[in-house]
Amino acid sequence: MAESDLALIGAWQSPFVLRARVALNIKNLQYVFHEETFGNKSELLLKSNPVHKKIPVLLHSGKSICESLIIVEYIDEVWSSSGHAILPSDPYGRAIARFWAAYIDEKFFPSLRSIAVVQDEAGKKAAVEQVITGISLLEKAFGESSKGKPFFGGDHIGYLDIAFGGMLGWIKVTETIAGLKLIDPETTPQLAQWAEKFIHDPAVSGVFPDIGTLTEYSKVVIAKLRGSAGAK
Amino acid sequence: MADEEVILLDFWGSMFGMRVRIALAEKGIKYEYKEEDLWNKSTLLVEMNPIHKRIPVLIHNGKSICESLIIVQYVDEVWHGKAPLLPSDPYQRAHARFWADVVDDKMYDAGKNVWATKGEDQEAANKVFFDTLKLLEAELGDKPYFGGDSFGFVDVALIPYYSWFHAYETFGNFSIEAECPKLIAWAKRCTEKESVSKSLADENKICEFVSQLRNKFGIE
Repeated sequence: MAESDLALIGAWQSPFVLRARVALNIKNLQYVFHEETFGNKSELLLKSNPVHKKIPVLLHSGKSICESLIIVEYIDEVWSSSGHAILPSDPYGRAIARFWAAYIDEKFFPSLRSIAVVQDEAGKKAAVEQVITGISLLEKAFGESSKGKPFFGGDHIGYLDIAFGGMLGWIKVTETIAGLKLIDPETTPQLAQWAEKFIHDPAVSGVFPDIGTLTEYSKVVIAKLRGSAGAK
Repeated sequence: MADEEVILLDFWGSMFGMRVRIALAEKGIKYEYKEEDLWNKSTLLVEMNPIHKRIPVLIHNGKSICESLIIVQYVDEVWHGKAPLLPSDPYQRAHARFWADVVDDKMYDAGKNVWATKGEDQEAANKVFFDTLKLLEAELGDKPYFGGDSFGFVDVALIPYYSWFHAYETFGNFSIEAECPKLIAWAKRCTEKESVSKSLADENKICEFVSQLRNKFGIE
């Protein structure tokens, strides 16, 4: 379905933008992608998201929708008869999916980011512990949510698959940079299988970042973030 | 539904707990309220919310739902026949979720920093507090409620903070009405609803509670 009035402001590296792109792909939607440059926000972005000035922003028929998880729910609701349903159909299933997505955003992602950026050993150790705890909780949640099927959402990629799957690129980069095993067939067998299925799913494979390129990019970003932290 | 078992684990002064109380009251749901001692959490709370060990927790027919705005959406979806809190239009829903998130992102810390700091730190905190309130007041505009003509999701998210305004004013040494009259008018309008007035904590009790917290943390 071609939508001439559908656009996404984003960047290839962002796990949050990836969430929106997977949702758009699930619904077979065509859209214009406005690529942002790190450190140089466009007028369009500042105008479309004046409160947070952050990507992703979905532009649909002149309206802007911000915050990746809100965008995913919006896409699921507007194009409810396209592709497959993203949110679970029952209220309790939805509450659980939203709970874990909120956990990923509030606790997991900030710690993941800290591992690479924070320079003091104690801070880094705490961040690593938080990430490892998070992954083991999500391994358990996967068992409960998937009920033997390939995804958190069951047969198909769902809301929590998107929320966590968006992070996979940065999880792999962190493993390389920090010499850690985070999602691993030995310690997290279910998530290891799930990660491969997610990355190779048709809704994901075309938009998932190349890990080599992302790793190189991350070194540049980390240097900048450490540099600015040191200057304070 | 006579066979529904609904329990709320809560703390009397929590703005997050108040959100759930308001939602349950709006829907006319009968539930058992269990008060938690935050410094001595019950086994039930730790069992029902092992990840965060915090209130509010809704227990519906034995299943626990955590995180106040997630609980409010759950209540809205299960008891969808009465007093809808989220609008039916997808864009309006996204807009409501966005602003409820803004409240979550900014209000708690902005308010806490007002009563938890002194001197220059407090001056800076007061500025952030009013920047936050003015942002929200601008979003309200001339509408009776954030939801438009009817009380909705964003109103539920924000109105509990009104019970803490007296404490913020006392310890921050300012008047909120002087700076944000429209927001205060909105708050008073909300408290005319029984679901709100019965759910909000008494502002003097909150003030006393904050005073105790300040002593405890050595801020006075």
